[in-house]
Amino acid sequence: MGNGTELGRVRGLGAAHAGTHHWLLQRFTAVGNLILGLFLAFSLALLPAHDFATVSEWIAQPLPAAALAMFIVNVFWHARLGLQVLVEDYVHTPGNRFAVTALLNLWAFAGAGFGLFSILRIALSGAA
Amino acid sequence: MVNRPLAPHLQVWKWGPAMLVSILHRVTGDGMALIGLGVLLWWLGALAGGAETYADFQALATSPVGWIVLVGLSWAFFNHMTSGIRHFVLDLGAGYELNTNKTWSALSPVIGLLLTAGFWALILLR
Repeated sequence: MGNGTELGRVRGLGAAHAGTHHWLLQRFTAVGNLILGLFLAFSLALLPAHDFATVSEWIAQPLPAAALAMFIVNVFWHARLGLQVLVEDYVHTPGNRFAVTALLNLWAFAGAGFGLFSILRIALSGAA
Repeated sequence: MVNRPLAPHLQVWKWGPAMLVSILHRVTGDGMALIGLGVLLWWLGALAGGAETYADFQALATSPVGWIVLVGLSWAFFNHMTSGIRHFVLDLGAGYELNTNKTWSALSPVIGLLLTAGFWALILLR
């Protein structure tokens, strides 16, 4: 590759076939959120009470625990993709953008990790 | 000279419902990401911590500020859901005719509000 302009260096190489990657992932995770978010919302709405025993016994069951764990991974993935667009639109300085993106990735992994750990602890703590 | 059409310009545009839906989609999505996921993790962490930490969470969640946050988040969820479903339809290449687009743009936030009201009616009136 020569030292020409950015356009000159890529001209003739064809499409990278990666342009829709972010867009598609945003849609795939949106489908998951639609199903799992509605499951969480309506499960909570239909619980007979919202005290500690009722809610923790509900989460400790296999299906709600698994669905909630999938929701945590899916929703943090979707949120990370969405916030990335926000950063790209409003943080213009390259150094700041790098820093904010790094923080965003840490936030997403830490948040999902904390959520999964909490669900496991509720589900495996036996009759609470 | 006076009546010549102008090229699209930063200051020359008219409000339309599609713009409102787009802005609301971003505000509710990023709002849920920054505030809603924090509340979700706080709720799960409080449950994992035991009855006492959950009681602390419940006391704050049912305070006036807590109610505003929870109702706001539920509205953000249903609004983001209806505009997200609209995105899916547009992704299929459908709904770009001017009148169809305008109609569903206007309906999307209204349906979001109705679903929010129905959701709380389900919880509070059962």
